[in-house]
Amino acid sequence: MKVININLSYNSDFVTQVEEESGQKLNNCYQCGKCTAGCPYTEEYDISVSQIMRLTQAGQKEQVLQANSLWLCATCESCTARCPNQIDVARIMDVLRHMARKEGYVGTGRVKTFWDSFLSSVKNNGRVFEVGLLVNYISHTGRFWTDIGLGPKVLPKGKIHFKPTEMQGKKEVAKIFMRFKEESAR
Amino acid sequence: MKVGVFVCHCGSNIEATVDTAAVAAAAREFPGVVFATDTMYTCSEPGQDEIVNAIKEHNLGGIVVASCTPRMHEQTFRRTVERAGLNKYLFEMANIREHVSWIGKDREANTNKSVDLVRMATEKLLRNRPLYSKKFDINKRVLVIGGGVAGIQAALDCADGGLEVVMVEKTSTIGGKMAKLDKTFPTVDCSSCILGPRMVDVAQHPNITLYAYSEIEEINGYVGNFEIKVKKKATYVNWDSCTGCGICMEKCPSKKATDYFNEGIGKTTAINIPFPQAIPKKAKIDPDFCTKLTKGKCGVCAKVCPSGCIDYEMQDEFVTEKVGAIVTATGYDLFDWSVYGEYGAGRYPDVITGLQYERMLSASGPTGGHIKRPSDGKEPKNIVFIQCVGSRDKSVGRPYCTGFCCMYTAKQAILTKDHLPDSQSYVFYMDIRAVGKLYDEFTRRAMEEYDTKYIRGRVSMIYPKGEKLLVRGADTLMGSQVEVDADLVVLAVGAEASAGASELAEKLRISYDSYGFYMEGHPKLKPVETNTAGVYLAGACQGPKDIPSSVAQGSAAAAKVLGLFSKDQLESDPQVSIVDIKRCIGCGKCIQTCPFGAIKEMEFRGMVKADVIETICQGCGICTSTCPQGAIQLQHSTDNQILSEVNALCQF
Amino acid sequence: MNTSLNYAYYPGCSSTGTSIEYDMSSRAVCAALDIKLTDVPDWSCCGSTPAHTVDHSLSSALSARNLDQVASMGLDSCITPCPSCLANLKTAKHRMEDEGFRDKVNNLLDKPANTKIETKSVLQILVEDYGIENIRKKVVKPLTGLVVGAYYGCILNRPAELMQFDDREHPMAMDNIMEALGATVVPFPLKVECCGASFGIPRKDVVMRLSGKLLDTAKSIGAMALVTACPLCQMNLDMRQDQINHANGSHHKIPIFYFTQLLGLALGLTEKELGMNKLCVSPRTLLDFMVNEENIKEKAA
Repeated sequence: MKVININLSYNSDFVTQVEEESGQKLNNCYQCGKCTAGCPYTEEYDISVSQIMRLTQAGQKEQVLQANSLWLCATCESCTARCPNQIDVARIMDVLRHMARKEGYVGTGRVKTFWDSFLSSVKNNGRVFEVGLLVNYISHTGRFWTDIGLGPKVLPKGKIHFKPTEMQGKKEVAKIFMRFKEESAR
Repeated sequence: MKVGVFVCHCGSNIEATVDTAAVAAAAREFPGVVFATDTMYTCSEPGQDEIVNAIKEHNLGGIVVASCTPRMHEQTFRRTVERAGLNKYLFEMANIREHVSWIGKDREANTNKSVDLVRMATEKLLRNRPLYSKKFDINKRVLVIGGGVAGIQAALDCADGGLEVVMVEKTSTIGGKMAKLDKTFPTVDCSSCILGPRMVDVAQHPNITLYAYSEIEEINGYVGNFEIKVKKKATYVNWDSCTGCGICMEKCPSKKATDYFNEGIGKTTAINIPFPQAIPKKAKIDPDFCTKLTKGKCGVCAKVCPSGCIDYEMQDEFVTEKVGAIVTATGYDLFDWSVYGEYGAGRYPDVITGLQYERMLSASGPTGGHIKRPSDGKEPKNIVFIQCVGSRDKSVGRPYCTGFCCMYTAKQAILTKDHLPDSQSYVFYMDIRAVGKLYDEFTRRAMEEYDTKYIRGRVSMIYPKGEKLLVRGADTLMGSQVEVDADLVVLAVGAEASAGASELAEKLRISYDSYGFYMEGHPKLKPVETNTAGVYLAGACQGPKDIPSSVAQGSAAAAKVLGLFSKDQLESDPQVSIVDIKRCIGCGKCIQTCPFGAIKEMEFRGMVKADVIETICQGCGICTSTCPQGAIQLQHSTDNQILSEVNALCQF
Repeated sequence: MNTSLNYAYYPGCSSTGTSIEYDMSSRAVCAALDIKLTDVPDWSCCGSTPAHTVDHSLSSALSARNLDQVASMGLDSCITPCPSCLANLKTAKHRMEDEGFRDKVNNLLDKPANTKIETKSVLQILVEDYGIENIRKKVVKPLTGLVVGAYYGCILNRPAELMQFDDREHPMAMDNIMEALGATVVPFPLKVECCGASFGIPRKDVVMRLSGKLLDTAKSIGAMALVTACPLCQMNLDMRQDQINHANGSHHKIPIFYFTQLLGLALGLTEKELGMNKLCVSPRTLLDFMVNEENIKEKAA
């Protein structure tokens, strides 16, 4: 097991950035574990949410940002809703995810690919085009069989459209994405 | 007046961020100051001697000490100057610790501010006059509010010390929370075996008058001479003749009344005696459940009572008692845990409080000492205890630690194993707070000998799963989510100030914190005093406390009362308001604003004037800011004195 | 009763596809109750979960465009059936109250964001503005014999400080509506547990586990059906029910309705109007059962 030198490895910039971007005070966490206790995704996590909180408090940037857990949090708000110290834990998870994305950590790739496919659908169409999203996702992951079984079930229901719905302002939406890309590049 | 100034280092508390020698040097230049110095510890014996010597040597007429808060040492230094032959009001204190050195790091700014504060104190001192106390007689009776273990201890100690005691208890029996407990930690001895005889002592003590089922309606007067109006709530039973035989309870057809004593585990009758060892052992009718009182039908108890004590027409009654001191021992209540939706908020019958569990464990309780699930009466196998419910939780407005739940949970886990040897107990905890003699050994015993599984983490939710309750928590030491299939869940619900605590505090004119717990006079040095003379605290009304601490405070409060009453007369505080009759126009505004009713009208040569009753005046000064003529002046804080301080500060 | 209820309506992307029956039934129910809905003109996607996982200002900008569209209608509030849209639109408004954050969002927009538009759910306005007692009066076909559990999902009420609606742990809005419609409501113990949300595609195993637990629980409490208020929840429980059965070795056949579908049914609307045929787990048997139970009850009366 790794021995951590807690003063040398403490990344204070990381702690400050998380606190600023989330608006939360990390020292308010007293490690009761109630977030982990209620998190429906603990079973999937490589590092439980209370330990993510602990590692973040301790300024362990690398270990936090490479956690798969960041990509498996569904923002269901169980942690935030029940935290005895009123810490918005879900928001901290969100902020850590932003940082991981910026620093090139992808964690569970498939989740990120799905989210990216979703957003590219929004960027191109102004709204989500479900079939297009799925095709995009499959083309990036090669997971052709993902939901093939659903086809015969859903197709006859008239829920699936093979063309995106048209909207006038889709250029405005695309512009939001464009400007975001420019802003992030700065 | 020749003034002497002493600037204290307070070790490094002040000196570290204030140049005390420079402050003393600056003070030497002030008008009136003939002597100024800095000292290491002004409050120490050599420090005080230095003041006495300086007074004599330089023929000083007044002293300024620049040190800590007056709450800490004003009394100390007043005695010092008195020792040197000065009137004790020819002394002023400048607070350069709490108001300067502890709150700022800039040494130069701190030094300048200290100089300003010393200048203000000096200017005021130059306008101080000697003040003299008056003596008055005291009534050596004491009122104890609350009949729990703290109140019982205070009452018995006072009564044994020869004082007459009046005890007022809200419910129909004394005993408080302790009477509901099965066993006590860390000795696991029977709670009622310890408390029962003490309760009987209260009933039988010739010096104690007990008003049970009564509340404090009104408190007037002042230390030595309080007048208390007590409301004796209607019991609908004449207690003079009630023998406590219990026949009424047997025959009462209304059997669904809330059983407050048993914390709602089971029901009781509309006419009831809370438990067999109740003191006084008298019946009362719960008017919410008595069909005679709600619907006018029944009257069974009146028919069966062999002594004819039932009186459906009974009204609340008021009595007045005169006492010289008050001990308030009003205890605590359990936090209303129904705010925890994640624990079911009361929806699940097999999620109960620790106090309910005590009633279940008690041989004289509603289950006869058998542990049964409230839902189906079955014996539980897996019992989960959850600590810190309503403690250390900011999200429910209870950030403080109740302090005794760790211990009672360990006790309950041990008792559970004694009652049900095949059972398994689990305790979800955050930290184990077992500070006390033999306390940690006790919690260790619960783990080592009784195989209680301690799990370090909070519980996030409880939900029904078939007949069981699924408890989902965390084990932060393992770093994982854990689940327990529980048959019974016991919540270690924390303590909060008892219902009505703040209303009573206002009647007593004592302070309370934001949670409703009463404020002690000083957190270290005046643990059972309040800031109102003659009113003392005992037990959990001051903050959550276990039995030994409550009892210790009960005795401490009694010692304070006995000390107070060791004199036949008390001295009044001369820092009261005085009316300048020549200036008073009799408008009466001061009479209206006085919160203590200390000002009355009087006639002077055919004119209406205000007059202060010195023993009632608390020196708050509201009247002085109300008076349009400046005719009423608070001694030691007169307009001139205050303005001189303002002028000293706003020179430029 | 207030007869002039009038709202801007934000359907959300899934209303055009997988949750079309939620949209249909929401519109039909509102029409039947004289609640006027006007679509937010040329609405766009709120960004849902993926946007806020990338950046909060991006997420809020996508919402802000829609809030601005609402403002262009001259209204100061809008409603949406979808809890994910609801959460995004509400979060955007709330966070844009902070000037620094608002500036970041404005950098992404053509014109400065409107920060005054409130968003509520269709469920919330039915309960708070229309009123359950008024709904009760409109029932013509009570849901006789139906034993139903209400499943709210994780974000309809959380975080409570933001959502300001119902109880965060034990919400009752749908329970109370179902009770008013004549159904027998069994308390669903996992009302606010997550179903697996949008992980259906990238991590199906997660949905199988979480939604599977919800279905198992529904069965254990004797619920014949569940009602939901969220497209993702409904999709995971309904469309993926066969997958769940396959993965977990279970044999559930539990119809998963949108609450608006059952509400519409009780108001006398047709199955077609309510998109009953769009559900993957067929409610046919259950719907017939209810009609039969009602007949028996009427005969007995």
